[in-house]
Amino acid sequence: MSEIKKFMYVNRRAPYGTIYAWESLEVVLIGAAFEQDVSMAFIDDGVYQLIKGQDTTGLEMKNFSPTYAALGDYEVTKIYIEKESLEERGLTLDDLQHLTWEDEDEDWAEKDSIQLISRAEMVKVFADQDVFFNF
Amino acid sequence: MAIEVDGKSYETDEEGYLADITQWVPGVADVMSKEDDLELTEEHWDIINFLREYYEEYQIAPAVRVLTKAVSKRMGKDKGNSKYLYGLFPYGPGKQACRYAGLPKPTGCV
Repeated sequence: MSEIKKFMYVNRRAPYGTIYAWESLEVVLIGAAFEQDVSMAFIDDGVYQLIKGQDTTGLEMKNFSPTYAALGDYEVTKIYIEKESLEERGLTLDDLQHLTWEDEDEDWAEKDSIQLISRAEMVKVFADQDVFFNF
Repeated sequence: MAIEVDGKSYETDEEGYLADITQWVPGVADVMSKEDDLELTEEHWDIINFLREYYEEYQIAPAVRVLTKAVSKRMGKDKGNSKYLYGLFPYGPGKQACRYAGLPKPTGCV
Protein backbone atom coordinates (compact mmCIF):
# COMPACT_ATOMS: atom_id res chain seq x y z
CA MET A 1 0.00 0.00 0.00
CA SER A 2 1.35 3.35 -0.96
CA GLU A 3 0.94 6.15 1.51
CA ILE A 4 -1.76 8.69 0.71
CA LYS A 5 -0.25 12.15 0.40
CA LYS A 6 -1.98 15.47 0.77
CA PHE A 7 -1.86 17.36 -2.52
CA MET A 8 -2.63 21.07 -2.62
CA TYR A 9 -3.24 22.83 -5.92
CA VAL A 10 -2.82 26.57 -5.58
CA ASN A 11 -4.56 28.71 -8.20
CA ARG A 12 -3.58 32.37 -8.35
CA ARG A 13 -4.30 33.44 -11.92
CA ALA A 14 -7.34 34.59 -13.89
CA PRO A 15 -8.95 31.78 -15.93
CA TYR A 16 -8.17 32.94 -19.45
CA GLY A 17 -5.25 34.71 -21.12
CA THR A 18 -2.89 32.00 -19.94
CA ILE A 19 -3.30 28.23 -19.90
CA TYR A 20 -2.54 27.87 -16.17
CA ALA A 21 -6.11 27.58 -14.87
CA TRP A 22 -7.16 24.91 -17.36
CA GLU A 23 -3.88 23.01 -16.93
CA SER A 24 -4.38 23.04 -13.18
CA LEU A 25 -7.91 21.70 -13.48
CA GLU A 26 -6.77 18.92 -15.82
CA VAL A 27 -3.94 17.91 -13.50
CA VAL A 28 -6.35 17.89 -10.55
CA LEU A 29 -8.77 15.60 -12.40
CA ILE A 30 -5.96 13.27 -13.43
CA GLY A 31 -4.42 13.33 -9.94
CA ALA A 32 -7.78 12.59 -8.34
CA ALA A 33 -7.91 9.30 -10.26
CA PHE A 34 -4.87 8.15 -8.27
CA GLU A 35 -6.72 8.41 -4.98
CA GLN A 36 -4.61 11.05 -3.34
CA ASP A 37 -6.02 13.49 -0.82
CA VAL A 38 -6.62 16.51 -3.03
CA SER A 39 -7.36 20.10 -2.04
CA MET A 40 -7.57 23.23 -4.15
CA ALA A 41 -6.98 26.82 -3.08
CA PHE A 42 -8.13 29.88 -5.00
CA ILE A 43 -6.16 32.99 -4.11
CA ASP A 44 -5.60 36.45 -5.69
CA ASP A 45 -6.94 36.55 -9.28
CA GLY A 46 -7.46 32.79 -9.02
CA VAL A 47 -10.87 33.48 -7.46
CA TYR A 48 -12.04 34.64 -10.91
CA GLN A 49 -11.78 31.03 -12.11
CA LEU A 50 -14.93 30.14 -10.20
CA ILE A 51 -16.99 33.15 -11.18
CA LYS A 52 -20.51 32.40 -12.45
CA GLY A 53 -21.72 33.02 -15.97
CA GLN A 54 -18.42 32.95 -17.84
CA ASP A 55 -18.63 33.65 -21.56
CA THR A 56 -15.56 33.07 -23.69
CA THR A 57 -17.13 34.08 -26.99
CA GLY A 58 -14.48 36.09 -28.78
CA LEU A 59 -11.61 34.77 -26.67
CA GLU A 60 -10.98 31.70 -28.81
CA MET A 61 -10.64 29.65 -25.63
CA LYS A 62 -13.02 26.95 -24.48
CA ASN A 63 -15.24 27.95 -21.57
CA PHE A 64 -14.12 25.27 -19.15
CA SER A 65 -15.93 26.70 -16.12
CA PRO A 66 -18.67 23.99 -16.21
CA THR A 67 -15.93 21.43 -15.52
CA TYR A 68 -15.40 22.76 -11.97
CA ALA A 69 -18.83 21.35 -11.13
CA ALA A 70 -17.48 17.86 -11.93
CA LEU A 71 -14.85 18.07 -9.17
CA GLY A 72 -17.27 16.55 -6.67
CA ASP A 73 -17.64 13.46 -8.89
CA TYR A 74 -13.85 13.12 -8.75
CA GLU A 75 -14.03 13.27 -4.95
CA VAL A 76 -12.30 16.63 -4.84
CA THR A 77 -14.32 18.02 -1.98
CA LYS A 78 -11.97 20.50 -0.31
CA ILE A 79 -11.97 23.80 -2.14
CA TYR A 80 -10.61 26.74 -0.20
CA ILE A 81 -11.33 30.33 -1.23
CA GLU A 82 -9.36 33.12 0.37
CA LYS A 83 -11.72 35.67 1.86
CA GLU A 84 -9.41 38.66 1.45
CA SER A 85 -8.85 37.90 -2.25
CA LEU A 86 -12.61 37.96 -2.86
CA GLU A 87 -13.10 41.16 -0.87
CA GLU A 88 -10.22 42.98 -2.59
CA ARG A 89 -11.99 42.32 -5.90
CA GLY A 90 -15.40 43.40 -4.67
CA LEU A 91 -16.72 39.85 -4.88
CA THR A 92 -18.70 37.64 -2.52
CA LEU A 93 -19.36 33.91 -2.48
CA ASP A 94 -22.62 34.58 -4.34
CA ASP A 95 -20.59 35.63 -7.38
CA LEU A 96 -18.99 32.18 -7.52
CA GLN A 97 -20.29 28.81 -8.62
CA HIS A 98 -21.86 26.74 -5.87
CA LEU A 99 -19.74 23.60 -5.87
CA THR A 100 -21.01 20.50 -4.13
CA TRP A 101 -20.30 16.80 -3.80
CA GLU A 102 -22.58 13.87 -3.10
CA ASP A 103 -21.87 11.59 -0.18
CA GLU A 104 -22.48 8.03 -1.35
CA ASP A 105 -22.42 6.79 2.26
CA GLU A 106 -25.29 9.10 3.20
CA ASP A 107 -27.64 8.24 0.33
CA TRP A 108 -26.01 10.78 -2.00
CA ALA A 109 -26.62 13.72 0.31
CA GLU A 110 -25.37 16.94 -1.30
CA LYS A 111 -22.63 18.73 0.62
CA ASP A 112 -20.76 21.98 0.06
CA SER A 113 -17.22 21.72 -1.29
CA ILE A 114 -16.29 25.38 -0.93
CA GLN A 115 -14.85 26.72 2.30
CA LEU A 116 -14.33 30.44 2.64
CA ILE A 117 -11.33 31.04 4.87
CA SER A 118 -9.12 33.97 5.86
CA ARG A 119 -5.50 34.45 4.82
CA ALA A 120 -4.40 33.41 8.31
CA GLU A 121 -6.48 30.23 8.14
CA MET A 122 -5.08 29.47 4.68
CA VAL A 123 -1.58 29.46 6.19
CA LYS A 124 -2.71 26.77 8.60
CA VAL A 125 -4.31 24.70 5.82
CA PHE A 126 -1.06 24.97 3.81
CA ALA A 127 1.03 23.88 6.78
CA ASP A 128 -0.88 20.59 6.82
CA GLN A 129 -0.12 19.64 3.17
CA ASP A 130 2.59 17.33 1.80
CA VAL A 131 2.85 18.42 -1.83
CA PHE A 132 2.15 21.74 -3.56
CA PHE A 133 1.36 22.49 -7.18
CA ASN A 134 1.42 26.17 -8.02
CA PHE A 135 -0.52 27.45 -10.99
CA MET B 1 -8.23 9.41 -40.74
CA ALA B 2 -11.95 9.37 -41.31
CA ILE B 3 -14.95 7.11 -41.02
CA GLU B 4 -17.85 6.81 -43.41
CA VAL B 5 -21.41 7.01 -42.05
CA ASP B 6 -24.39 6.95 -44.43
CA GLY B 7 -22.24 8.23 -47.27
CA LYS B 8 -20.85 11.12 -45.24
CA SER B 9 -17.23 11.32 -44.12
CA TYR B 10 -16.31 12.15 -40.50
CA GLU B 11 -12.78 13.11 -39.57
CA THR B 12 -11.16 11.23 -36.68
CA ASP B 13 -7.86 11.63 -34.83
CA GLU B 14 -5.01 9.10 -34.86
CA GLU B 15 -6.71 7.07 -32.11
CA GLY B 16 -10.07 6.97 -33.85
CA TYR B 17 -11.85 9.64 -31.78
CA LEU B 18 -14.15 11.98 -33.65
CA ALA B 19 -12.36 15.25 -34.47
CA ASP B 20 -15.46 17.41 -34.03
CA ILE B 21 -17.88 16.35 -31.30
CA THR B 22 -20.64 18.55 -32.71
CA GLN B 23 -20.79 16.42 -35.87
CA TRP B 24 -21.79 13.27 -34.00
CA VAL B 25 -24.82 11.26 -35.12
CA PRO B 26 -25.88 7.86 -33.71
CA GLY B 27 -24.64 6.24 -36.93
CA VAL B 28 -21.08 7.08 -35.84
CA ALA B 29 -21.44 4.67 -32.90
CA ASP B 30 -22.93 2.01 -35.20
CA VAL B 31 -20.07 2.21 -37.69
CA MET B 32 -17.36 2.30 -34.99
CA SER B 33 -18.82 -0.66 -33.12
CA LYS B 34 -19.11 -2.69 -36.31
CA GLU B 35 -15.39 -2.16 -36.89
CA ASP B 36 -14.83 -3.61 -33.39
CA ASP B 37 -17.20 -6.55 -34.11
CA LEU B 38 -19.51 -5.40 -31.35
CA GLU B 39 -23.28 -5.26 -31.63
CA LEU B 40 -24.78 -2.33 -29.77
CA THR B 41 -27.67 -3.15 -27.46
CA GLU B 42 -29.95 -0.94 -25.41
CA GLU B 43 -27.50 -1.36 -22.50
CA HIS B 44 -24.68 0.05 -24.63
CA TRP B 45 -26.81 3.00 -25.67
CA ASP B 46 -27.67 3.79 -22.05
CA ILE B 47 -23.97 4.32 -21.37
CA ILE B 48 -23.30 6.19 -24.63
CA ASN B 49 -26.21 8.55 -23.98
CA PHE B 50 -25.13 9.03 -20.40
CA LEU B 51 -21.62 10.00 -21.54
CA ARG B 52 -23.00 12.52 -24.00
CA GLU B 53 -25.15 14.10 -21.29
CA TYR B 54 -22.19 14.22 -18.92
CA TYR B 55 -20.06 15.97 -21.53
CA GLU B 56 -22.84 18.41 -22.32
CA GLU B 57 -23.06 19.39 -18.66
CA TYR B 58 -19.40 19.37 -17.59
CA GLN B 59 -17.44 19.71 -20.86
CA ILE B 60 -15.30 16.67 -20.06
CA ALA B 61 -15.44 12.93 -20.59
CA PRO B 62 -15.59 11.32 -17.12
CA ALA B 63 -12.84 9.02 -15.87
CA VAL B 64 -13.87 5.36 -15.56
CA ARG B 65 -14.14 5.60 -11.78
CA VAL B 66 -16.45 8.59 -12.09
CA LEU B 67 -18.50 6.87 -14.78
CA THR B 68 -18.90 3.79 -12.61
CA LYS B 69 -20.11 5.81 -9.65
CA ALA B 70 -22.49 7.88 -11.73
CA VAL B 71 -23.99 4.81 -13.42
CA SER B 72 -24.36 3.19 -10.01
CA LYS B 73 -26.33 6.17 -8.81
CA ARG B 74 -28.55 6.45 -11.88
CA MET B 75 -29.05 2.85 -12.90
CA GLY B 76 -28.33 0.89 -9.73
CA LYS B 77 -25.35 -0.92 -8.25
CA ASP B 78 -25.80 -4.00 -10.49
CA LYS B 79 -24.81 -1.80 -13.45
CA GLY B 80 -22.47 0.60 -11.67
CA ASN B 81 -19.49 -1.71 -11.47
CA SER B 82 -16.49 -2.29 -13.69
CA LYS B 83 -17.44 -5.90 -14.40
CA TYR B 84 -20.73 -4.88 -16.00
CA LEU B 85 -19.19 -1.95 -17.87
CA TYR B 86 -16.18 -3.91 -19.14
CA GLY B 87 -18.62 -6.64 -20.17
CA LEU B 88 -20.32 -4.13 -22.43
CA PHE B 89 -17.16 -2.36 -23.61
CA PRO B 90 -14.25 -4.82 -23.51
CA TYR B 91 -11.69 -2.19 -24.65
CA GLY B 92 -12.50 -0.15 -21.56
CA PRO B 93 -15.77 1.66 -20.82
CA GLY B 94 -14.04 5.03 -20.73
CA LYS B 95 -12.08 4.77 -23.94
CA GLN B 96 -14.39 2.69 -26.09
CA ALA B 97 -17.75 4.13 -25.05
CA CYS B 98 -16.44 7.70 -25.23
CA ARG B 99 -15.17 7.05 -28.74
CA TYR B 100 -18.58 5.75 -29.83
CA ALA B 101 -20.22 8.76 -28.17
CA GLY B 102 -18.04 11.15 -30.18
CA LEU B 103 -16.31 12.44 -27.05
CA PRO B 104 -12.60 13.10 -26.64
CA LYS B 105 -10.54 10.53 -24.77
CA PRO B 106 -11.30 10.80 -21.03
CA THR B 107 -9.05 13.05 -18.99
CA GLY B 108 -6.65 10.84 -17.09
CA CYS B 109 -6.68 8.05 -19.67
CA VAL B 110 -3.15 7.50 -20.96
